[in-house]
Amino acid sequence: MKASQLSGVAPTFQKIKKRALMRYQELQKAKAVIMVGAATCGRAAGALEVLRAFKSELKKQKLDCPVIEVGCMGHCYAEPIAIINKPGYPPIVYQQVNAVIAKRLVREFILGDDPCLEFVLGALEESELVPSLADFPRAKFEQKVILKNCGHIDPEDIDHYIAGGGYSALAKALQLKPQKVIEEVKKSGLRGRGGAGFATGDKWAICRQAPGSPKYVICNADEGDPGAFMDRAILESDPHSVIEGMSIAAYAVGANYGYIYVRAEYPLAVHRTRLALRQARKLNLLGKNILGGNFSFDIKLFQGSGAFVCGEESALIASLEGKAGTPNHRPPYPAISGLNGKPTLINNVKTLAFIRHIIDKGAKWFSGIGTKNSPGTAVFALAGKVVNTGLIEVPMGTTLRQVIFDVGSGIPGGKSFKAVQIGGPSGGCLPKSALDLPIDFDSLTEAGAMMGSGGMIVLDEDDCMVEIARYFLEFTQRESCGKCTFCRLGTKQMLETLSEFTRGKGEIKDLDKLSQLAEDVKAGSLCGLGRTAPNPVLTNLRYFRDEYEAHIKEGRCPALMCQELIAFYIIPEKCELTCDACVGTCTVEAIYSHPKKRYKIIDQEKCVKCGTCLTSCPPQYNAIVKLSPPSEVPK
Amino acid sequence: MTNAKEKTKIKEQTRRLLNRFSRKRGNLIPTLQRVQAGLGYLPREAMLEVARFLDIPEVDVYGVVTFYNQFRLNPPGKHSIRVCLGTACHMKGGYITLDAWKRRLKIDRGQTTPDREFDLDTVACVGCCVMAPVTVVDDKPEGQVEPTKVDGILLSFERERKKRGKEKR
Repeated sequence: MKASQLSGVAPTFQKIKKRALMRYQELQKAKAVIMVGAATCGRAAGALEVLRAFKSELKKQKLDCPVIEVGCMGHCYAEPIAIINKPGYPPIVYQQVNAVIAKRLVREFILGDDPCLEFVLGALEESELVPSLADFPRAKFEQKVILKNCGHIDPEDIDHYIAGGGYSALAKALQLKPQKVIEEVKKSGLRGRGGAGFATGDKWAICRQAPGSPKYVICNADEGDPGAFMDRAILESDPHSVIEGMSIAAYAVGANYGYIYVRAEYPLAVHRTRLALRQARKLNLLGKNILGGNFSFDIKLFQGSGAFVCGEESALIASLEGKAGTPNHRPPYPAISGLNGKPTLINNVKTLAFIRHIIDKGAKWFSGIGTKNSPGTAVFALAGKVVNTGLIEVPMGTTLRQVIFDVGSGIPGGKSFKAVQIGGPSGGCLPKSALDLPIDFDSLTEAGAMMGSGGMIVLDEDDCMVEIARYFLEFTQRESCGKCTFCRLGTKQMLETLSEFTRGKGEIKDLDKLSQLAEDVKAGSLCGLGRTAPNPVLTNLRYFRDEYEAHIKEGRCPALMCQELIAFYIIPEKCELTCDACVGTCTVEAIYSHPKKRYKIIDQEKCVKCGTCLTSCPPQYNAIVKLSPPSEVPK
Repeated sequence: MTNAKEKTKIKEQTRRLLNRFSRKRGNLIPTLQRVQAGLGYLPREAMLEVARFLDIPEVDVYGVVTFYNQFRLNPPGKHSIRVCLGTACHMKGGYITLDAWKRRLKIDRGQTTPDREFDLDTVACVGCCVMAPVTVVDDKPEGQVEPTKVDGILLSFERERKKRGKEKR
């Protein structure tokens, strides 16, 4: 590379940054800046109505304040969220905003000076007025690196990203030798966040050394794990961090073409990523001779068509080539022979999002976070039976107990914790005894689960472990591409056995057959899907064998979940005679009054066991119970 | 059955939709996505046209269409109902919600009602796990969809339809 060209990168970038900063500061001059969390989750909670309400009220009051759609802050339990940044006040985060609250905030806080503290979640800075989010007990355990921007910048405006320090890592990397960039990533100890945890730096080095041209960089955003939405949130909230990571990766391995493979089921992520690519191209942060240097790289967006197996890298490549997504033998690994037979680097969204921070702050800073063998932070989508659902980022080595009970604030409704499901269909359910396990790649694998892509579903006493194993098997069985016999037929047989259990059928010896078959499917499958599909069953058998036995021996579901093993029953003594709540809400008209005594009775033949009556029965009567086995219902 | 006139119409529409693509095998999935976005589904004629356009065997097109969950071979209803069966939704009763939809619409997953008002399907996960159980109604994720909310959503469509009917008159 010529020295004259190298020297051009820094000044070109400085010019871009100066302009971005100016535009960003311009924004802060307004009377107030309103930011509404409008990622998919926020929208589902009603963020778009809130957005409209803010705009119409501002217009009515003749105020000229920018209203910005931002991404996901991670506090999903508090959606829809709005942040109001008014000079003289700290930026205040409001929770569960609706159209009425939005209008009030405009009139009373922006026009008046009452910050409406009753709707506040917290402030983003220290102040005497509002407690800061950083003082929340959970903040002690969290450390936001790749989620830092999420929910705080406009994902549709590249200048917000640049003003916050974005693309400086790319500018810095372009002034280094590619080998030096790889060296830095290697030193950081970063491991692939897609699930398997392969050392990222090593992968890059292999791809760089592999002969063949052109080379490709692919971002794997085919987040198919049910119960995981970290990649979606990052692409929706901070798409440029992924693009920057990809560009640095491409420079390091010597690639000129890139693809972002994103699920078509994520339309907003597709839209925002596409927009981000266009804006980056416009500023010459992508395209020919990036920032005036002699490195050229461009990215295309490819929409995956909804096949879970395409998260596997060789299947993903087949899909990009226009074929059915079936995996291939590895080796050769894609880093040596991938797309169109050329060296191809495939990294997960989160892995790529880490890159800019490693280049900016150095490998040493990164490896100082987390544990020795798994440095950095871990991002989890915390959902299920937990109070504070949402997207969290904690240093590796944090224990499950801290994540669930400190960050997530425990189980709602006074129920007791039963298990936590980690890693989706490839992972497993860990019981109470594993709560003090520090989370990292190796400890989870040892316990029988897997980091997976980071879905974490908390289960309580009402969740049946046999049913959850059956659920995951049903998923993997349907998504099996059918190439390997063990995966195609073995998962089917396993599913049938488990389905029998949930109906109270089967024999005790089937349990041993099931675990034998599970081991065989693991051994006889080519790709990650088949090799990990039996994990949920195996961990379940290991930790919750008693539940299986209750199903088989007694026809009883201890968690009262398996529909064929439960019955709903109204206790006559508790039923308040004049109340008709259950009769009115029953979706199949299965509840009627006793002809003489007038208490309510459920027609077991008609009942579809949807549980609506249970929620409709007023708590002071609490007359409806679930019984298992169904023969418990008094005649 | 599609008659000859409809067939030509589908063919022409497909050709128009294919215009902006180059004839590369790698474009198979994007072209199919574009055609489905335009026609709502992938009829036989459209698949044949795509095969001709990309100059690949017809069976390859059919193979890809039937492999991926996104593609559908029958026409969609006016309103699409997608029940999320992600882990969080399942554990909070997504399967009960699916049963409720099936019961009310009287169709199974993957089918369209005879009047082509609704089509029902499931989706692996839409990533709104917090609002479980979720049903995506016409691309809008609705949270906490329990059997009573299923009835509520259907009622709102019914009211809208009546309103439209009145306006027409």
